[in-house]
Amino acid sequence: MRYIDEFRDPDRIRRLLDEIGRRASGRSFKLMEVCGGHTHSIYRHGLEGLLPDSVDLVHGPGCPVCVIPMGRIDDAIAIARTPGVIFTTFGDMMRVPSSTGSLLDAKAEGADVRFVYSPLDALKLARENPDRRVVFFAVGFETTAPSTAATLLRARADAVENFSIFCNHVTIIPAIKAILDSPDMRLDGFIGPGHVSTIIGLRPYDFIPERYGRPVVVAGFEPTDVLQSVLLILRQLDAGEPRVENQYGRVVRAEGNRKAMELLHRTMQLRPFFEWRGLGFINQSALALRPEFADFDAELLYDVPGVRVTDPKACQCGEVLKGVIKPWECRVFGTACTPETPIGTCMVSPEGACAAYYSYGRYSLMKRGAATEAAK
Amino acid sequence: MSGPDRSLQAQLDRMEKARQARKARFKLRDHHVTLSHGSGGKASFNLLEGLIAPAFSNPLLDAQGDSAVFSANGGSGPMVAFTTDSYVVKPLFFPGGDIGKLAIHGTINDLAVAGAEPLALSVGLILEEGLDMDVLRRVVDSMARAATEAGVEIATGDTKVVERGSADGLYVNTSGVGRVVAGVELSATRMRPGDMVLVSGYVGDHGMAVMLAREALEIEAEIVSDTAPLHGLCQAVLTAAPGTRVLKDPTRGGVATSLNELAIIAGLAIAVEEERVPVRTAVRGACEILGIDPLHIANEGKLLAVVPPSEAEDALQAMKSVPGGEDAAVIGDVREEPEAMVLLETGIGGARVLDMLVGDPLPRIC
Repeated sequence: MRYIDEFRDPDRIRRLLDEIGRRASGRSFKLMEVCGGHTHSIYRHGLEGLLPDSVDLVHGPGCPVCVIPMGRIDDAIAIARTPGVIFTTFGDMMRVPSSTGSLLDAKAEGADVRFVYSPLDALKLARENPDRRVVFFAVGFETTAPSTAATLLRARADAVENFSIFCNHVTIIPAIKAILDSPDMRLDGFIGPGHVSTIIGLRPYDFIPERYGRPVVVAGFEPTDVLQSVLLILRQLDAGEPRVENQYGRVVRAEGNRKAMELLHRTMQLRPFFEWRGLGFINQSALALRPEFADFDAELLYDVPGVRVTDPKACQCGEVLKGVIKPWECRVFGTACTPETPIGTCMVSPEGACAAYYSYGRYSLMKRGAATEAAK
Repeated sequence: MSGPDRSLQAQLDRMEKARQARKARFKLRDHHVTLSHGSGGKASFNLLEGLIAPAFSNPLLDAQGDSAVFSANGGSGPMVAFTTDSYVVKPLFFPGGDIGKLAIHGTINDLAVAGAEPLALSVGLILEEGLDMDVLRRVVDSMARAATEAGVEIATGDTKVVERGSADGLYVNTSGVGRVVAGVELSATRMRPGDMVLVSGYVGDHGMAVMLAREALEIEAEIVSDTAPLHGLCQAVLTAAPGTRVLKDPTRGGVATSLNELAIIAGLAIAVEEERVPVRTAVRGACEILGIDPLHIANEGKLLAVVPPSEAEDALQAMKSVPGGEDAAVIGDVREEPEAMVLLETGIGGARVLDMLVGDPLPRIC
């Protein structure tokens, strides 16, 4: 298949792995892939097992489903349970646990929860059901926020009064900064998020090499993209010149997508702080609708509990998201917390580090276990 | 060095223990039935093993075949296969088929993979008040045609009407009885390391055709359901490869879920080579867009066969000689380890665990 197969070419993969192997021999590196899409791709293609042991990939906070705190899901369920409401959400939010079950459970108990592929589908539902109130559960980074913004502007222009948005959009840069500032940080470089960067461009990452001396390579999602990015980071580290590099040039432009950014600025503003699952409160890390759009802001229109719910004690999502521990090092990984009965959000979405690890990573772990056994 | 290694091994042991415990004792934690329980994946498995199977437990049911196989006269007489299935597909009509055709083929296939020749079917219709009579006529005609083409009789039936809103147009239940060909004994417990795994053609067509027919997805692709009766194919394989261990039609949950079920029952590993699995370009493309694995998508006219290595080539040629089996391929093999797991060797030379589907295949969001 064109535009897919060339990025999965075994010969290119082998050449990339050879050079990575040469550059990484005798040392060890911890690189974080920030975006959940990368985590998914790494596992799906079995990349972790192909990389030398000296290159350790750490899975970052870039899974939009994983970083939503429990309290916000409680709020979503409260809105969904309001009589007359059709609550719309992306598919993978349906299974995320709150303190009282998931949206899928709320649906089974009678709430009208439907999954949509885009906020525009939710707006369409609102037009088709004028006697109902339709709420869209907006989640995601800068990648999905512009489509929420565009939908909001469309709703206002067409005066669709029975439509509103429960805004939970978050921004990636403050999360990366929080990780860099964390005292247990031990990362050597970052595989930068590809899709977020199509919107925000490359400049927002400049502080990472400048202030923290770590390379950033914005990467695509195919196997050769990920491996080439690992190689580019290793080359930067060898040269001792950390900088922001764009491996995903076929999609990402240095200046980003100005039109999308402009849409965001028109409709949304930074919240003073927002809670991230596992990472805690991070200043200026999330977006809320601007006051001009109060009529479309579900957070204002509905009675939401707005209570902060502590993560389950046993759950170590935070340490996983910061790359301090590997998913399998979590106390409940694979035992109490599995994709069927997730405790932490990292286990819910296929992009979540734990779910990806659980589904795909066990084999490489087992092979590593066997190799260790043989070496003894 | 021994510190971290020990912890790795300890973690590994803990995961393995948990996995084994899960296999032995399915715990149904949910308080309500959710749509995940109907997906054919892990949640369905848990519902079945945690609530339904224990209530009805008996040796015939506990064998967990696609059909129950028993002797008609209670002794060593001719063996009979018996099965039932309900159909709630939405939309009722989709490219390549409709709910009626699907219901006929599905039950025939459950008999066929038990090694049986279908003899007779029953049809139960649950109709929603207000259903367009033309819609019903089209579905019933389609069922009649499918049964005739497959050479099976619809011998008995039942019709019920429920109030508007209580059913989504119409639901169909079909049951079937078949005669098991003498000497045929199929079970995953007969699988041995070294056995080969075959699939009879392109995977993922049915599920993707239905998914795309749902209005929410505006992806234009020419993908039609593969719904088809499999008894011809099954008999051809059984004749050519009399040592066939087990046959399976990978419906809900797709090839991945079916192979996992076989691996769990056999207590063996199945290794699949991603490159060898036939997937149409259009299906692959749609899967890439939606972030779904073609191996998790339902099929309604495909056959999985596990055969001893010495009979693999004969089984493959037999499949290819039957209409609908032209694109058959050997996709993997059975191994000793890791027990009760399915491995996927990826196109680029990596390897990973191919798990059962969890819940519905919901598209990822970014």
